[in-house]
Amino acid sequence: MDINDTIKEQLSENPILIYIKGTPQAPQCGFSAKTVQALMACGEKFAFVNILDNQELRDALKTYSNWPTYPQLYVNGELVGGCDIIMEMYESGELKELVAGAAPAE
Amino acid sequence: MSLQQIMQQKLTAAFTPEWLQVENESHQHSVPANSETHFKVVLVSETFAGQSRIARHQSVNGLLAEEFHQGLHALTLHLYTPEQWRQRQQQSPDSPGCLGGSRADAAG
Repeated sequence: MDINDTIKEQLSENPILIYIKGTPQAPQCGFSAKTVQALMACGEKFAFVNILDNQELRDALKTYSNWPTYPQLYVNGELVGGCDIIMEMYESGELKELVAGAAPAE
Repeated sequence: MSLQQIMQQKLTAAFTPEWLQVENESHQHSVPANSETHFKVVLVSETFAGQSRIARHQSVNGLLAEEFHQGLHALTLHLYTPEQWRQRQQQSPDSPGCLGGSRADAAG
């Protein structure tokens, strides 16, 4: 599958998706760690992709999203931002509201 | 000219900032001494008025696209309008500590 199709498929299948370095349990970068902690604190289920496992995806997503760094958080297929934006939204309560609205009903 | 100076010049020309701080935080990360890979930018400009967070970040990232190609790896951005900057009492958040990710990892 073309790498951009892979990205589209990941985004369409996961309403809350974060691309990080490492895993939520063992992040490999301070920016990814901080961002994923804020996301976990919001209490919704989310999916993640460890971009250190896939160099092709790692390069392609930067172009796809026009965003040069990681982490990247997507909600309903749209880029919300990286660490700085997510932390600002977490502190203001906007992040919790956004992800609560995105999570599929159980 | 250092990467830090280039960034300062480009950001000053593009945003006529009320406040600009370009800080090299590379020494806090697992990269060789004197690297210019990890930066923190605090930029206060009237041009951000009415722009979303994403739009602000993308305009700065876009301006520095060439620098990302040449080795800039991490850029933490705190972008405010003058009014937001006053509301924050002219304080920006601290950057997170390093977890070693760029040790075997030069590709951003």
